[in-house]
Amino acid sequence: MSLTLEETAHVARLARLRLTPDELARMQVQLSNILDHFTLLQEVDVSDIPPTAQVTDLVNAMRDDLVRPSLPRDEALANAPAQAEGMFRVGAIFEE
Amino acid sequence: MHDYLVTIGLEVHAQILTASKMFCGCSADYADAAPNTHVCPTCLGLPGALPVINRRAIEFAIATGLALNCRIQHANLISRKNYFYADLPSGYQRSQYDDPLCVAGWLDIDGDEGPRRIGLTRVHIEEDTGKLTHADDNTSLVDFNRAGVPLMEIVSEPDIASPEEAKRYFQKLRQILIWIGVNTGDMEKGALRCDANVSLRPVGQEAYGAKVEIKNMNSFRALERALVYEIDRQAAVLRAGGRITQETRGWDESRGITEAQRTKEGSADYRYFPEPDIPPLQVDETLIDACRARLPELPDTRRARFMHEYGLSLQDAETLTADRHRAAYYERTVIAVQAVGGTPRDAAVWIAGELLRLINDTGEELQAAETRLPPAAVAEVVDMLLRGAITRTTAKEAFEVAFRTGQSPAQIVAERGWAVISDTDALTRLAREVIAAHPKAVAEYQGGKATAIKFLIGQIMKATKGQASPQMVQSALEAELDPGA
Ligand SMILES: [Zn+2]
Repeated sequence: MSLTLEETAHVARLARLRLTPDELARMQVQLSNILDHFTLLQEVDVSDIPPTAQVTDLVNAMRDDLVRPSLPRDEALANAPAQAEGMFRVGAIFEE
Repeated sequence: MHDYLVTIGLEVHAQILTASKMFCGCSADYADAAPNTHVCPTCLGLPGALPVINRRAIEFAIATGLALNCRIQHANLISRKNYFYADLPSGYQRSQYDDPLCVAGWLDIDGDEGPRRIGLTRVHIEEDTGKLTHADDNTSLVDFNRAGVPLMEIVSEPDIASPEEAKRYFQKLRQILIWIGVNTGDMEKGALRCDANVSLRPVGQEAYGAKVEIKNMNSFRALERALVYEIDRQAAVLRAGGRITQETRGWDESRGITEAQRTKEGSADYRYFPEPDIPPLQVDETLIDACRARLPELPDTRRARFMHEYGLSLQDAETLTADRHRAAYYERTVIAVQAVGGTPRDAAVWIAGELLRLINDTGEELQAAETRLPPAAVAEVVDMLLRGAITRTTAKEAFEVAFRTGQSPAQIVAERGWAVISDTDALTRLAREVIAAHPKAVAEYQGGKATAIKFLIGQIMKATKGQASPQMVQSALEAELDPGA
């Protein structure tokens, strides 16, 4: 078991997931299994391979500083669960 | 603060003055836009949208790094900084972590005890967040027009020793950003924002004290006040034997205090990782050289040049290089003034002395006033003065009328009959009249009382409403009174 229950709860909190004790225990196992797979991958010798976060081989994908049309506002707000005055309406911002 | 050493570092967020956003083509000019009208799938963080870097934002950030004496890094990575907040549509902010664009720079300021060099840790690029408005009914409203506007975060070393130095550092930084055209400098609209890290340690102690971060300072004055308050607060805690907790505090402008804020996440919890949707950014020397070549002469260099090239005092040179437009206006005026036989100092006297006072009164920008008072108009005033066509007092009046009306100074003087009476025949005629009318003064003068001529000069000045040169009047009188001399 590579993750403690506390670490699992911490990750859940960062992901804003409210988990029951049962779910938390299950996640501890599943998440640990995933991490164990990475432990396996870490055994491969990659010292000659430069690190990358990319698979495209592209560099410097850039655009000119030109303004393009934005979305019509009703489209931008179309999926908002709540809205008011042309804005997204969310619960008041209070931390737990 | 004699028993504690103060250590301050500033983190400045500056919006990069581009037309479009950092990763999409939405307009970055959100100030007067209706809410959520400058948004698209990319800056709303919708799944499947592909962010593409705005080249000009990178060039402007490189220019900033160069102006701040930084080393520009070749290999750059955009990372995701993960946290949940309603103003952050995608749940992460695109930023830089391991490989900031610019590192190891510095900025020279006038410190409390002479010149000081403040180190700059890094300048990195990131995107701005949306704007939250808190409604009465316990909900918040979100406008994403600002989300994705390009930002630079400019982080100083903890080299700042007092609130006053912090203010000077921030002012100088602002001057440079505006000067090179990468930021508006508008703090009220949030285009330029500042956070501070403050710690205290007893004199003689090597290790820094616990670091407190202060946020929400929206003016130079707020920055200075917040730091003064926070230093006093920490010193009081330490003197009472207490400990300072490392925390984030917000400045409350109306109450004049800092207050502990709830924190979002610990830094390790941001789970930075390379942004997979953005290919690496390779900045080569060609691009850096091109950015360097476009960089204008910077304020410090220009100020020094004004002093040695034009013989200006430090104060005048400083005033005339406060912004780039003013410096350029001054130099154009120097050329115009020199063409009529004046000196760079003449140009400085009229601009630093008169023009800035007038602009200050009307509260307008030089750019606006300049249309009424171009360099050629300043030169006209200098010219008339040098030729003796007007007195210094008249010159000032003509200058002011030209400033208000946009009329040419020469025309103003001509139309209002302000020209000095330099016609010798006319002055001789006046001298004769005055001599005939005041025999007593004439007798006194001729009896050896040399000062009696002052009375006669005064009479002529009165008759000409001050439009004659006193020297010429005296010569005319002397010629009549002592024909042999
Ligand atoms: Zn957009």
